Amino acid sequence: MKYLSEVVSLKLDVGECIGCGLCEVVCPHGVFSVRDGKAVVCDRDLCMECGACAKNCPVEAIAVNTGVGCATGLINGMLGGGGACCGEKGSCCGK
Amino acid sequence: MLTWRDFLGAVRVRLDVNRMNYSVEPGIYAVGNQDGNSPVFVSANYKLSFDWLRKELGGVDAWMLVLDTKGVNVWCAAGKGTFGTDEVINRVRAVSLEKIVSHRRLIVPQLGAVGVAAHVVRKECGFSVVYGPVRACDIKAFLAGGMKTTPEMRRVRFDLVDRLVVVPVEIVHWLKYAALLVIGLVLISGFSSGSYDSAVMLDRGVDALMVVSMAFLAGSILVPLLLPLLPGRAFSLKGLWAGLACWAVYMFLAENVMTGLSLLAGLLVTISITSFMAMNFTGCSTFTSQAGVKREMKFAIPLQILSLVAGIVLWVVSGVIKS
Repeated sequence: MKYLSEVVSLKLDVGECIGCGLCEVVCPHGVFSVRDGKAVVCDRDLCMECGACAKNCPVEAIAVNTGVGCATGLINGMLGGGGACCGEKGSCCGK
Repeated sequence: MLTWRDFLGAVRVRLDVNRMNYSVEPGIYAVGNQDGNSPVFVSANYKLSFDWLRKELGGVDAWMLVLDTKGVNVWCAAGKGTFGTDEVINRVRAVSLEKIVSHRRLIVPQLGAVGVAAHVVRKECGFSVVYGPVRACDIKAFLAGGMKTTPEMRRVRFDLVDRLVVVPVEIVHWLKYAALLVIGLVLISGFSSGSYDSAVMLDRGVDALMVVSMAFLAGSILVPLLLPLLPGRAFSLKGLWAGLACWAVYMFLAENVMTGLSLLAGLLVTISITSFMAMNFTGCSTFTSQAGVKREMKFAIPLQILSLVAGIVLWVVSGVIKS
């Protein structure tokens, strides 16, 4: 299943990339693959902005605005509930 | 060994009973006949995460390094940073892991990568991070394959079972709002021309109860069940189709009960509920981005409010006209 198209904030600076491949390893949706020693974005629309790639990129070649794609969390945030999603009180996540 | 008590605990959590208070003590745990060469698996201290890993490690000699994630699962805790670089480093130091094992390797579940920077962990405490599979059930294949994950092991899925297992929590979460809406709709069902008629209230109140119940069931069960089949990518749009399915049922069930204007009112209330509930299912899903959800909410919420308000107004109007 794919979510909305052309919306995610994921940015890859190919010039900085050293081709370590960790982004490919940590991405839960197979957004990256390494070709000829450089990471490439195969399908941006599969990105869920979890931020694992950016967190584990040793040269900071990846940038993404991370956040939980959870309407309940966003609504709670707008209503002054802190915007928290998982855990603690007033949570919404099922798992 | 997992016992019936662990199983009952899991069932209670799935039913949202004291769900946020189901944790184990952080620290180092031994599995099987472990020694200094056994692999170290890092886990959250949410008891469901801990038990899953423990169960899948059956027969493997290993160590479990349990982080203090405040009883929250790996993925959500990693998103908040409690399952994170600092906590890994602190816990490695707190248990003096370098004295327990001779190797310098931690197996971190891949979903923990959201909060853990492998290169920082290595620099700070000397342990290199190997990302293990997303699902604990792949751990034995991962170990057999020389601690390498296949693309399949790295992929987060959202299969039928994954979707249905969150249904009870969703039902419990939204039930009180549905109940309030039913009470409200039943109360306004009694307005007839120039007066308030309690017989009409009871008569039409039954229809109101049916409308909200159907919408609630469609939003909480039909949407997760048919998620990949419902047309459109936006969840609110998927919910709209689930609402229209309810309408077909009203036409059939309530042929002589709800007609004309009240049927339209019922439909508007229904789609506002199913669309809203489906939109909130984004939080349970494993593939929605925050930028996407924000974009979806911007157009969906005003329409949902409009649909609900129009439905309620029409519900009253249809009652007044009829009597």
